[in-house]
Amino acid sequence: MDTTQNSFIISGSPHIHSADSVKRRMWNVVIALVPALAVSLIFFGLPALAVALTSVGACLLTEWIIDRWVMKVPSTLGNGSALITGLLLAFNLPSILPWWMVAIGAVVAIGIGKMSFGGLGCNIWNPALVGRVFLLLSFPAAMTTWPEMQSGIDGVTGATVLGYLKQTGHAASQGAVDWLSLGLGDMNGSLGEAGSLALVIGFFWMLFTRTVTWHIPVAVLGSAAVVALCAGADPCLELLSGGLLLGALFMATDYVTSPMTRRGQIIYGILIGVITMIIRLWGAYPEGVSFAILLGNSVTPLINKYCRPRRFGERRKTIRQMTEERRTR
Amino acid sequence: METIWLTIALMGGIGIIAAAVLYIVAKRFRVDEDERVLLIEEVLPGANCGACGYKGCHDFATACAAAESLDGMFCPGAGADGMKRIGEIAGLSVAETVRKVAVVACAGGCDERPLVRKYDGVLRCSIETVVGEGETSCPYGCLGWGDCVEACPYDAIHIDSETLLPVVDPSKCVGCGKCAKACPRGVIKLQDVPEPYGTVVYVACQNRDKGPLAMKACAVSCIGCGKCKKACGQEAITVDHFIASIDSSKCVRCGQCVEACPRHSIHEIQMPEGGKA
Amino acid sequence: MNRKIHPRTFAKGGIHPHDSKLTRDVAITQPVEPERVTVLLNQSIGAEPRLLVKAGDPVRKGQMIAEPGGYVSAALHSPVGGTVKSVTSVRDPYGYPSKAIEIIKEGDQEPAALEPLDFETATPAQIVERVAACGIVGLGGATFPTRVKLEPGKEYRPEYVIINGAECEPWLTCDDRLMREHASEVVSGARWLMRAVKVKKCYIGIEENKQEAIAAMTEAASHRSGVTVVPLKKKYPQGGEKQLIQAIIGRQVPSGSLPVYVGAIVDNVATAFAVCEAAEKGLPLTRRVVTVTGPDLANPGNFLTDIGTPVSALIEAAGGLPEDTGKVVAGGPMMGRAMSYLDTPTTKGMSGILVLPSRMSRRPDPQPCIRCGSCVEVCPMGLEPFLIAAQGEMRLWESTLHSGVMDCIECGSCMYTCPAARPLLDYIRLSKRESRKLK
Repeated sequence: MDTTQNSFIISGSPHIHSADSVKRRMWNVVIALVPALAVSLIFFGLPALAVALTSVGACLLTEWIIDRWVMKVPSTLGNGSALITGLLLAFNLPSILPWWMVAIGAVVAIGIGKMSFGGLGCNIWNPALVGRVFLLLSFPAAMTTWPEMQSGIDGVTGATVLGYLKQTGHAASQGAVDWLSLGLGDMNGSLGEAGSLALVIGFFWMLFTRTVTWHIPVAVLGSAAVVALCAGADPCLELLSGGLLLGALFMATDYVTSPMTRRGQIIYGILIGVITMIIRLWGAYPEGVSFAILLGNSVTPLINKYCRPRRFGERRKTIRQMTEERRTR
Repeated sequence: METIWLTIALMGGIGIIAAAVLYIVAKRFRVDEDERVLLIEEVLPGANCGACGYKGCHDFATACAAAESLDGMFCPGAGADGMKRIGEIAGLSVAETVRKVAVVACAGGCDERPLVRKYDGVLRCSIETVVGEGETSCPYGCLGWGDCVEACPYDAIHIDSETLLPVVDPSKCVGCGKCAKACPRGVIKLQDVPEPYGTVVYVACQNRDKGPLAMKACAVSCIGCGKCKKACGQEAITVDHFIASIDSSKCVRCGQCVEACPRHSIHEIQMPEGGKA
Repeated sequence: MNRKIHPRTFAKGGIHPHDSKLTRDVAITQPVEPERVTVLLNQSIGAEPRLLVKAGDPVRKGQMIAEPGGYVSAALHSPVGGTVKSVTSVRDPYGYPSKAIEIIKEGDQEPAALEPLDFETATPAQIVERVAACGIVGLGGATFPTRVKLEPGKEYRPEYVIINGAECEPWLTCDDRLMREHASEVVSGARWLMRAVKVKKCYIGIEENKQEAIAAMTEAASHRSGVTVVPLKKKYPQGGEKQLIQAIIGRQVPSGSLPVYVGAIVDNVATAFAVCEAAEKGLPLTRRVVTVTGPDLANPGNFLTDIGTPVSALIEAAGGLPEDTGKVVAGGPMMGRAMSYLDTPTTKGMSGILVLPSRMSRRPDPQPCIRCGSCVEVCPMGLEPFLIAAQGEMRLWESTLHSGVMDCIECGSCMYTCPAARPLLDYIRLSKRESRKLK
């Protein structure tokens, strides 16, 4: 054997790989979140920046510490998933939340929501939502206190649109809120609830780079709109207010916690949309997206089990009938 | 204060009711098991290795207790002594069996067998062997990713950190043969251990290539030169397809062949006295 | 072609890897006339052929040197005239020992051809007999003996012959060139195959990235009744047997069944060409077109190669092995096998030799599965590759069977597309082997 062969590599097929990678997908999500982040900074100012930085920083630090000393594996920060969790958590928090609460939320999101299951790919629930719901249950007052905007809804400054709707009744408040200003982000709420337009722009970036598909968001928003219509509420208002858009576009589409097949994804989306609206219209909370998505996440394994892709050549019966036909002909 | 008493009473009540239900269910649905099965299970190693041919130790114990004869039933984990005890429990006679031990028929470590290419894929022998002959130029030799180590239920086999070859601990090995089954290249073989326990002599190579090719691939390969055959006084060694093999029934473990082999590919291991984990 | 025909394709899954057909405009040449050939004994699926020669025997070019060792087995013929030097054990391209016949080329090179058959009078049995006598196997890579396909058994009634000209593997162009340069022979081969299985209709499926081949084949087929060229969408694995059948006649081959179950007999274009040579000229299968290609090769090309020519000689003819070679693949990049040795002979199933530089040879580092479902989306067989791979990793062979591991065609789409670069196919192949033992 000659010496030039010494460096040969052997491996099983295939010998080429697409340019796709986990890293690329995650960074595309980060890019998609940038416009919404910019809008929230414009509306909420420096406190929002502080919340975002604290959340991202705490998430990265938690993951790094757990990688280094608990799981003893090389750092997994590079794949960008902790960064996304940090940003999404920040998007779900009011801008005037004390920094230590943000940090606690981040530690719970990464530590309990993700790493306790074994890291990226093993978690059952969306980590950012785990962090958010933990904070909501632990500090309900702080989590529902919003800064006053210059141009709030008349007479309801300090409350969110949904809080207002909860008090006056969804159906009764048709036309009370100018939803055009909602679309531009002119409303009270969490960081990510401002700037619906920016969220949609970010989502189109994800569609364009084929990071996600349209199925889940369309199913969530469509079913929510249908329920709103049936209940006599204003569907546009419902879709644009609260975290529904953020949840449908960025949280429900999380790979790890959503079903694999297209059929499963649509069922999952409808489930989330319907539960969200049920909580909003008839539940105790003004907002239900977080709980709806967490519930959707919980049934994902079940959906995966029953929404298998149809195997090639599985419809044995029809083919047999076909050959029967052929023989009798 | 009242609340606390009420709570205690309530919880205590639930506890008592649950206990009663459990007791009744346990009494009514008790499955009477042959107590010999439990006794036999105590003798068995409990590793559920499956070497006996049954699904696990419990299955084997049940079969032993129900059997009319123990012929053909053998648990290598329990060994001959264990089988004797099982026979006493079951009230049956046990045939004499030969103890076996796993040996690694490859001695080509990192220093002896040069790496000539790189394998890129899942680090499992069963996967690499399909891709090609591997990182060395010996298509017969050990691949070193330790499929055997994972297969062993008795923790008796480990990869040596220097040679990257598996090493069998004869004091722990019961000869169940799981490693031999797991090895895609048949590098691990089961060898009879003759009474009284002493040394086991085996050829630590599988290379069936012609001399020059085998020499190039590995410094300790058997090239089929036949010197061991000449050295053997018992005619226990045959050379076929450029590889020597030793008939353990004829071998008297004199060690002549070990010394005669110019390639150091005949090895002997010392079995521990009466050894069994 | 005035009417724009809508290209057809299979229903589910598939990927779009970059074409990289560097050699599509390089004509077929025969640059290597080997002085000695080494014919491996096991070149096809099935039983090992029985040797008919021994060391020292003189052989003529085209003489049978090994006869089929069973029903599923194929004969071997000497690609050159000369003397048998030895029957010995050599390394196959993957490093495993394999029996082979070494023949030194000397003297008369006149081929020992069989009597040509007459298309009008030849019976199906005669054609099948000829296909077997000429050692023809599926040249797409699977090397299944063609005669077995042509005798499907009484319970099946073939309706169509489908000629596979999809060539969906990136880099490879041997079938493309064959169709462009020998269109009429390929069509005649298809007609012989139709005759052999007594069917009236034949479809030739060609991916639309080969417009010249489609034009040439349509032209050649226009004079013959019953042969239709079907343009196919460019999508991998369009050339997979079951995918091709679905694209062309819209039927799904049931899991575990042969194509003939839905009335289709599928053969590669190179096989059709070989059938034509065997029937009309009486020539046995002793050569094939091999694409030798790679990003750094000086003269990549499509070489008409005597079977048994060393791979290294072909690479030499393509400009020599580049310095920075990391991997050499026998076949295409999606389903080919990485070679361990280059001084090994070419075989009937070797459609290409792909020389990859080291920058393209390493797999990306595997990451944990993020359950994105990409593999499920691209699997043309409707399986869940992530699931089978995970079960395989945990050695749950029984479960992999329930997950349909046996339906996997090992096309590699899942692993190609996996963003986490999981070694999915490694585990699936292992599961397939282990589950087969369970049965």
